[in-house]
Amino acid sequence: MNSLRRHKPLLILAGVLLLLPLVLPNNFYYDIAIRMAINAIIALGLNLLIGFAGQISLGHAGFIGIGAYASAILPTHFNWHPIPAMLAGAVLASVLAAIVAKPIFRLKGHYLAMATLGLGFIIAIVIKNEANYTGGPDGMPVPALGIGSFSINGEKQWYWALAVLLLFSFWASRNLIDSPFGRALRALHGSEVASQVMGVDVVRYKVAIFILSAFFASLMGSVMAHYVGFVTPNIADFFHSIELVTMVVIGGMASIYGSLIGAVLLTALPQALSTFEGWETVVFGCILMFCMIFMPRGLVPTLAARFGGRGGEGD
Amino acid sequence: MSQFLQFLFSGITVGATYALAALGFTLIYNASNVINFAQGEFIMLGGMLVFYFLQAGLPMPVAILLAIAIPAAVGMLLEKFTIEPARDADVVTLIIITIGASLAIRGVIQVWLGKGTHSYPAFSGSEPILIGGATLLPQSLWVLGITALVVVALWYFFSRTLAGKAILATSCNPLAAQLVGVNTQWVLLVSFALSAALGAIGGVLLTPITLTSYDVGILLGLKGFVAVVVGGLGSGLGAVIGGLLVGIIEAMAAGYISSAYKDAVPFILILVILFFLPRGIFGAKVTERV
Repeated sequence: MNSLRRHKPLLILAGVLLLLPLVLPNNFYYDIAIRMAINAIIALGLNLLIGFAGQISLGHAGFIGIGAYASAILPTHFNWHPIPAMLAGAVLASVLAAIVAKPIFRLKGHYLAMATLGLGFIIAIVIKNEANYTGGPDGMPVPALGIGSFSINGEKQWYWALAVLLLFSFWASRNLIDSPFGRALRALHGSEVASQVMGVDVVRYKVAIFILSAFFASLMGSVMAHYVGFVTPNIADFFHSIELVTMVVIGGMASIYGSLIGAVLLTALPQALSTFEGWETVVFGCILMFCMIFMPRGLVPTLAARFGGRGGEGD
Repeated sequence: MSQFLQFLFSGITVGATYALAALGFTLIYNASNVINFAQGEFIMLGGMLVFYFLQAGLPMPVAILLAIAIPAAVGMLLEKFTIEPARDADVVTLIIITIGASLAIRGVIQVWLGKGTHSYPAFSGSEPILIGGATLLPQSLWVLGITALVVVALWYFFSRTLAGKAILATSCNPLAAQLVGVNTQWVLLVSFALSAALGAIGGVLLTPITLTSYDVGILLGLKGFVAVVVGGLGSGLGAVIGGLLVGIIEAMAAGYISSAYKDAVPFILILVILFFLPRGIFGAKVTERV
């Protein structure tokens, strides 16, 4: 009984994912659902960094770009199998994150934002300029993802693959937050000094969570590249980083449900705004401002507080 | 040697614009602890508005005045309606608000003036001046002259006038400033207006050399931001020197190493600075109290 209650959110999410195909009328909607799931997984990872550890990254799209291009370049130019290519990208992203993280995490606040912003820009510029390997601004095709003769094809197969991945990420994030590691993260968000006094190695934990989120961002970059079948440098650009941070912040920092909601909303937004022809950027900017002014804690925690639920905080 | 001089000229010219943007960042940061990611949009607004008013048939001086006054008004609106209601929000929230503002401003210009690239004639002809085998555009002299003038005027404002000292007092300690009768809300408004005007001036001056379009703001703004980091967050002198340094290093790298990686240079610089001189070259040494 107790374990059933503990897993209730996971079961609800599984139920939604199972029932969703019944109401998705065609491949267009499957496509949106798949993109929502991809973004939700990235947002979950980024939220561990922003929401729980209180560190902002303005260059996360750079890590996604590394994964996407590893999955495009290594199989195409060097005949790698997609799976090791994916891992190689994730390792490269983690190594970069580790190199940058160590000196940066001694600083705080604005400085990490600046450093990650710089790193993201550099990655995007390298991708744009190394046209021999990356196809430059035009982008390049990505081979299908598969093992042996089996490969993931079509929207329906991708939907189920991502549904499983999303469930796993959701479960893993919840567990991570309840683990000693997660408690340490939340403690250092609350007060770095206090957690240091309690024996939390602040820098080590921040570095660890930054590397972890870079690793998963890169993996999801690979998944996205394989799903779309084509990558362009836009995947690594500053605007994409901003979109990802926005998902986390609008949904609600330090709220796992918030990340899901934020990803769903921000993936749907461009579709909804396409009727505003030309005004998309203006509307997007205004929504960002209004959300942050009137609900600085994000949708889920704000609504949870208003309706007296306990769902939002730390869950 | 003449080549070196040529790169130096173009570096200093662009660097002066970065310096103006960096001063804008610094002003707002000092007054409100906000890093205003919309700063670059004011640079874009300056250039685009001059282009628009010239097209509409206004004489150059009027067009320039309007192109500085309008962004200043936009800056005040930004402060009044987005920053002030969110005063107590944390860093991440404030950063996102200014990013939202930057998108909104860029979007309006994109819808209103289109996606084309625009320019207008230089202020006093485009006959290049020969110095030591290198050429210098007259417009570059305008950029450097006006920037120098602005820096001196700002110095005077902050060290010799009551209003300037009120802003300085607010940036040191808002509560204490309020207690001795400084209207801190007014200080915030003025800081945003001033900072927007500075950015716009940079855009107005630079556009005849580099052209402009609705989307140039973000990169120019971010480079101004790099200049701030290089000089040290919160230091006015640092902002100016940081701006010039970023411009010069960028031009040298473009000339001697690779023009394709020109835009990456400021961001490599930011990482190097943060690794080795985290408070920038002129940043104050602070001990934090818990």
